[in-house]
Order: sequence, then structure tokens, then C-alpha cells
Amino acid sequence: MKQPKDEERLLAAGMNRRDFLKRLGYASVVALAAGGGGLALYDSKGPASSPAQKVLTGLGDFTLRGKTPGPGKMAIVRGTDRALMLARGVEALGGMEAFVQKGDRVLIKVNAAFATPPSLGATTHPEVLAAVASLCVKAGASQVLVTDNPINDPDSCFEISGLANAARGAGARIVIPRASLFAPVSLPQGKLIEDWPVLAGVFQGVTKVMVVSPVKDHHRAGASMTLKNYYGFLGGRRNVFHQDINGIITELAQILKPTLCVLDGTVSMISNGPTGGSLSDLKETGTMVVSTDPVAADAVGVELLGRSLADVPYILMAGKAGAGQADYHQLNPVLLNTKA
Amino acid sequence: MRIVTVRRISQIFFLGLFLWFCVTATLGTAWWQLRGWPINWILSLDPLTALATILATHTFFAPLAWALATIALTLFVGRFFCGFACPLGTINQVTGWLGRLGQSPAAREEANRHRRLQAFKYYPLVCLLGLAFLGTVQTGIFDPLPLLHRSVNLALAPLADNRLGVLNDQPRYFASAWLLGVVFLAVVALNLALPRFFCRFLCPLGALFGLLSRFTPWRIGKTAGTCGDCHICEQYCEGACRPSGRFIGSECVLCFNCLHRCPAGRVTFAAKPSAAGEAGLPDLSRRGLVVAGAGLLLASMWGVGRLAGTDRDPLLIRPPGALDEERFLGRCLRCGQCMRICPGNIIQPALFQAGVQGLWSPTVNFRIGSSGCLPNCIACGQVCPTAAIRPLSLDEKKGQAKFAAQGPMRIGTAFVDRGCCLPWAMDRPCLVCQELCPVSPKAIFTRTVFETLREGQAVAARSRGPAAVDLEAAIPVTVNLASGDYYLRPSGDPEAALRRITGLAGTNLTLESPLAGPGLPATGGRVDILVRLQRPFMDAAKCTGCGMCEHGCPVSGQRAIRVYSENESRSRPGRMLI
Repeated sequence: MKQPKDEERLLAAGMNRRDFLKRLGYASVVALAAGGGGLALYDSKGPASSPAQKVLTGLGDFTLRGKTPGPGKMAIVRGTDRALMLARGVEALGGMEAFVQKGDRVLIKVNAAFATPPSLGATTHPEVLAAVASLCVKAGASQVLVTDNPINDPDSCFEISGLANAARGAGARIVIPRASLFAPVSLPQGKLIEDWPVLAGVFQGVTKVMVVSPVKDHHRAGASMTLKNYYGFLGGRRNVFHQDINGIITELAQILKPTLCVLDGTVSMISNGPTGGSLSDLKETGTMVVSTDPVAADAVGVELLGRSLADVPYILMAGKAGAGQADYHQLNPVLLNTKA
Repeated sequence: MRIVTVRRISQIFFLGLFLWFCVTATLGTAWWQLRGWPINWILSLDPLTALATILATHTFFAPLAWALATIALTLFVGRFFCGFACPLGTINQVTGWLGRLGQSPAAREEANRHRRLQAFKYYPLVCLLGLAFLGTVQTGIFDPLPLLHRSVNLALAPLADNRLGVLNDQPRYFASAWLLGVVFLAVVALNLALPRFFCRFLCPLGALFGLLSRFTPWRIGKTAGTCGDCHICEQYCEGACRPSGRFIGSECVLCFNCLHRCPAGRVTFAAKPSAAGEAGLPDLSRRGLVVAGAGLLLASMWGVGRLAGTDRDPLLIRPPGALDEERFLGRCLRCGQCMRICPGNIIQPALFQAGVQGLWSPTVNFRIGSSGCLPNCIACGQVCPTAAIRPLSLDEKKGQAKFAAQGPMRIGTAFVDRGCCLPWAMDRPCLVCQELCPVSPKAIFTRTVFETLREGQAVAARSRGPAAVDLEAAIPVTVNLASGDYYLRPSGDPEAALRRITGLAGTNLTLESPLAGPGLPATGGRVDILVRLQRPFMDAAKCTGCGMCEHGCPVSGQRAIRVYSENESRSRPGRMLI
């Protein structure tokens, strides 16, 4: 009777020891893991005042470097047929092939600010977008993207302005400014664009940038043309920058150097800008500007609105900041007339 | 010494230490005040705080490293913290004991019977850790240590001290303190239903300890499977962990009452399983976990509600140094230390200003308390256990020395409400706000105007002597025209010189001499009586949102100058000025 009980006890003791060692092992492993994990994540400094993020210094320089030293190139085309005027203008600067090579990924920045129909002229005209996008595709672009961070709801803006349809027809793709596409940018020596969210994500893999803008009256800025169109790259509560509208446009002019600018002054919004809303706000000004220099393009646009550079201070300021030539005559623009 | 004696001494020590740290969390330089006392030490022992903030921030904030010691000890011996250290556990144990004095052994045994619902506490734990993983730390709402700190800081200590005035000279007020008191009283009162009710059924920290003690090498056990079945151990079991039967180690709070009470000495704390068998964890049901998951889903919709985004309550002002809202909610425990320490008593527990997810988080209210946010005070950030409010230096708060370029820390911007401001809307001189503005040069500046009194238009009058004017009839004003703020001018001549009224007797006004100059009516003319008003304007670029102006504004309800979170330093997208 006694013998088996002892055996049982010995067996139980052995099992207990094994179980104890196993548990000791588990506890030690978890303790070490907790300690190791704690050490790996150990933060002796505490949180920084603002979340750490990689900050870009700009959106890039997409000019044709080396090929066009000195002042930029410009064509001023008179007429009424937007596609024809654009084609002539581009042709005068060497054709789209001079700007877009096979395999290029082209980003077209339009002004899609408002969810209004193209007839009201508050947005880039879809015919111009279609013409530019088609020329890019014809020149061999592998992909043509169209974007803007508009003022009204983005989807509605692209649809109602006719830009979405134009893009689809020309084989281009609209990029809606999703939150994930914004990244902070700080312009070196800038005062306003400092750690500010900018639509940088759409530039992923982009090799050429075209800015296609209408000519509009703008009560705060004096005029909204090519450079003011850059405002649509800004994210966040960007309207704080209206406190220094000329300053912000000048800084914007420095964060991006586009390949080509198209300023459509076929019909210009001469009053009640930048929203317009009535045909009476529009005037036929019959001019299309194709230019490698955004500042020079705007200097022409100002004349279409019957204003001077003094009325629109950011043009001279951007010129001084090195973004282009405010005296567009220096570019020896090619003057054309499609009606002739 | 018997182990239960050690346990009781330890409980008294930790409860005493907790209370002592609550006392020393008082701004001041006396030996019993905040001068290096580690008032957050008990909070920093808390592994739930450590784990939740790690999940939310992906960093392990150094002062929370004490939790590693708690974790390590728990892994080897079990829930010692619940039995030996937790001050709320001690309060629960004492109340439960008091509530059961004189009860029959059978009633005691029944009260300490293990109940399946004790598994409930694991579900809130799952939910809270899930939320932390999503970036919002809500553990402090239920975690006993922040809960007790909050209850004492914001409800019990003011209740006890507001008449005595020992801790603070002035009474302390906290918005919705009643609710905090109700929660605390409920936790305590539940002990009358069942002993250590909160610990057994609700405590997420206890649940975490339960998980950690799943594989403790040492634990309570019996040396024989069957014993006399006297169940005395069960009568005194704090954890309701079934010491006489199949022992549930994760529920044992290490009170050692079983070991102490067993008449046969069969209960041991040893490196072997109980002879009566043991269960690792209580039975967790799939349904419970599904409910926890559903709770998580519900809570994750807070993000959809956009409460932390652009639709945030503009009156939600966080203390200086508070992180941007997203990172703030990834750290704040709602322990109330910042509110306890704030000398102005302006840091208040939010009810719903910060959304559901910001319950009891600190918000600044300039209408309660004794002042605005003091420019030379950085107490709140210094006592924050998790740096949800960063520990600022005075230099950083005031924007001086190496912080000169970024300027002072702004918690908001004050706006003048011209509709209810005395000089703007009621023709009354005031200017308290400008006087109190502590910024140099002052953020509030003034523009002076002279306005004709409502009753002072074209009053019939004639001059009498070189420095006096007689009114034809007394004008029915309630202000003191001789106070120095009132002036007289011939009617219909806005260019005429204004004469300050220096004396008033009946209808006779004395004017500041010399009275030279044309225009005063010799006989039968009319004069206007005007008030000189300095109207406040805000230079928002200089305003730090300290709220001195709002606190001091004589319009006592909705103040005529109010601070909104506009332009606060902590959220750059919230900035108003460029």
C-alpha cells in the first residue's frame, strides 16, 4: 500500500518541478520581452511640440534645362478657336515634342476652383484642357494627369466645369486631391509656406508639368491667371494667406517651375471675380498665351484685363524672386493670328 | 511576521503614500507641497497606462518605466498590486469588510463565491487596448489609479478642504465634480453588493494583471485535494478565486487570507499547482469578445464624428503645452493632476466639450477660478504624468531666450464682443481687459472716442461765471458726470473744444478751467454732454489667449471678451494669423 503512494508522490513532484520550470521560463521570457520592448520604444525626451514629419522644400523644377538658356519662350495667338490657337502657339515654340518626350508623365494643373459650367469662365475651359492633353498624348506621354485642389467640392468642380469629361476624352486622368496626397512643404527662406500641407503627392513620378489657366478678375489679388492658379496646390486652411495675397503667390511661384504655361484669354472674366456667375462678367479678349515663363504669361494677361502691373503687385514680386520675367517683351514673343 | 500583516502594512503604506502625494500635489514651496515629491509615482507603476500609451504613441515615455517593475513582479507572483498596493483596492477591501461585519459564515462564503461574470472585466480591457491601438487612450476612465486620482483631486479633496483651507487658501471648484463624486461613490458602494465588486468585475487593470499572472511560477494552492471543507478560506477570499476548489489564479488578488485562515494549514503559496486543481483564466466567452469588438467599432466612429477636427468646439482650450488634439488624446489619462495643481483653478474636466473621447480631459475655463493662465506658471505640464501636456520651460512658454523666434505659447485668442462690451455697447468707460493684459506691449489696445450721452443731447444751458454752466433742468443720468470721464460741448459744433466736467451740484456743472474759447452759450444755448470712451481692440498677433481679460471682464455671464482656441500654438492648421 505504501509503495505506490510514494511513487505517485515522486511522480507528482517531478511533474510539479517540470511545470514550475516551464512557468518560470514563460514568466522570464515575457518579463524579458516586456523589458526589451520597453527599451526599444524607450523615449526619454518626451513628445516634440509638433509631430515629426518629413518636410519638402518645393514641388520641383520641370523646366527644360539646358535646352533653353536665357529668357523663356512665348507665343501670343489671337483668335477665337481655342484648340486652333493653342496648336499654333505650341507649334511656334517648336511643337509639343519639344516639351514632352516619349514616356513622360505629364501633370496638368488646371483651375477647377468652382463647380460652375464652362460657359461662365470661372474655370479652365475644357476645350483648352482637351487640346493640351491631346497634344501631350500625341507627343508620346505615357500618362497625363489633371489636378487641382479647388474651392468647392472637388468632384463637383471637375464634373460641372466639364474638365472631367474633357480629360476622359483626351485620355487623361483626373486626380482628386485626397488628404493622403498632401505633404508639408517649407520654402527655404520663405515666410508663409512653412511646414504647410501642399498637394505634393500628385507629383509622384511626374516628369513634366503644364499649368493651364483662365484669365480672371480677382478682387483680393487684382487678377487670377497662371501664378494665382498655383494656390490650388495648397492644402490646409489656406485662406489665412489672404492676409498677404501677394506674398503667398510670390512664394508659390518659387516652389514650382513648370514646363509650359497656357493662359487662355479667349474670353476673360473682367468683373465679379474670381467666381463671376453671369455672362455679363465676361468679355471676349481673343488671346491665347503659350509660354515657358509663368510670370511673363501673367504680364500679358494683365493687359487683357485692361490693367497694369501696378494693379497686380505679385507679378513684379515673383519676377524679382526669380520665377520669371515680368517684362514679357524680353522674351520676344511670337505674335500670331489664327483669323488671318 | 504573518503575511497578512505584511499585506495590511503594505496596503496602509500605499494608501497613505497615495494620500500624501495628493496632499503634496499643491503648488508651493513648503515641505509638504510640490517641491520634488514624486506625485505621479503611483500612476507610473500602472502597466495599463504604459501599454495603452505605447499602443497609441509607439513610444514608451520614460517616467512610465516603473510599470516594468510591476509587470515583472506580477509575472512571477501574480496580482500582488491588487492585494498589496492598489489604493482603490484597499478602499474597496475596507468597505467590503465593514459592510460584512457580523455576517454569517454562509453569507460571507456566498459573497465570495466565484461568479462567471468576473470574466466581464476582460472585455473592457480588450476594448480599451483596441482604442489605444486606434490612437485614443481611454484607459484612465476605468483604470483605478487615474480614477482615484481624479476623484480625490477634483471631488473629494475640494469637498474636504474647501472649508478647512489647509491645502488651498481659496476654495477649489471643478465643473461636474458631482459626476466624478457619483462615480467614486458608486465604485465604493458596489462593495456593499459584493466585496471588491469593482476589482472583481470591472477593473481593466486587474484584468491585465490577470492575464500577466496566467503563468506565475508561485501561486496559492492546497496541499490536499480534499480537506475538511470548512470553507473558511472562501469566507475571507478577496478575489473570489475559489481557493478551496479549482483555484483560478488570474482572479487571486494575493490577499493571503486563505493561507492565514486555514485551520489545517493546508493552503500554501508555493511553486506547485493546487492539489484541488487550477484554472488559468476565467471562461471568456466569444460573445463577450464580440461585444468588446462592437464597442471598439462604435468608439472608432468618433473619428467619423470629426470632433477632433475642424468642427471642434472653439471654446475647447487646452492648457499651455498641450499636444495637438490627436496626439493629446493618445496620452491623456484624465487623472486630474493638471487641474489639481493649477494655481488659478482654471483647468477643468471637460464633459463633452472635447467630444465623448475627451471626457474629463483638461480644458481651460476662465470664468471659474481666480485668474487667467499665469504667464510665469508652467505647473500643469510639469505634473502631467504622460506629457500630454508637455513640460514647458518658462522660456518656451514666454517665447524668450532660444524660443524667441517662435514667440510665446498661445492657447487661444481673445475676441471682443462689441455687443456686450461696456464701452462698445453701453457708453460706459471700463477697460479692465486692457489693464489686465499681461503681454508687453499689450495685446489689447484702445481707440478713444467721445459719444454724446443718450440724455445729454442738446441740453438747454447757459454759462455762469468763468468755469461753470447751469443746465435748465437736471438731466436724468445714473452716472456720475463729475467723475472725470464726461465732457461738455456746444451742440451742433463737433469741432468745438471739449470741456471736462469736474463738479456737479444740482443743475450746476463746474468745468475744467480755463474756460476760454468760443462756443459756450452765454444765454439760452444748448450743449451736448459726452462721455470719453476708450474702446478695446485686439492685436491678435500678440494675444496668447491667457484669458486674464476674460476672467476680469465685469460682464459676468457670457464675458464681453472671450478666448477661443483660434490661433493656438498646438495645432498649426488652427492658426488664424500668418
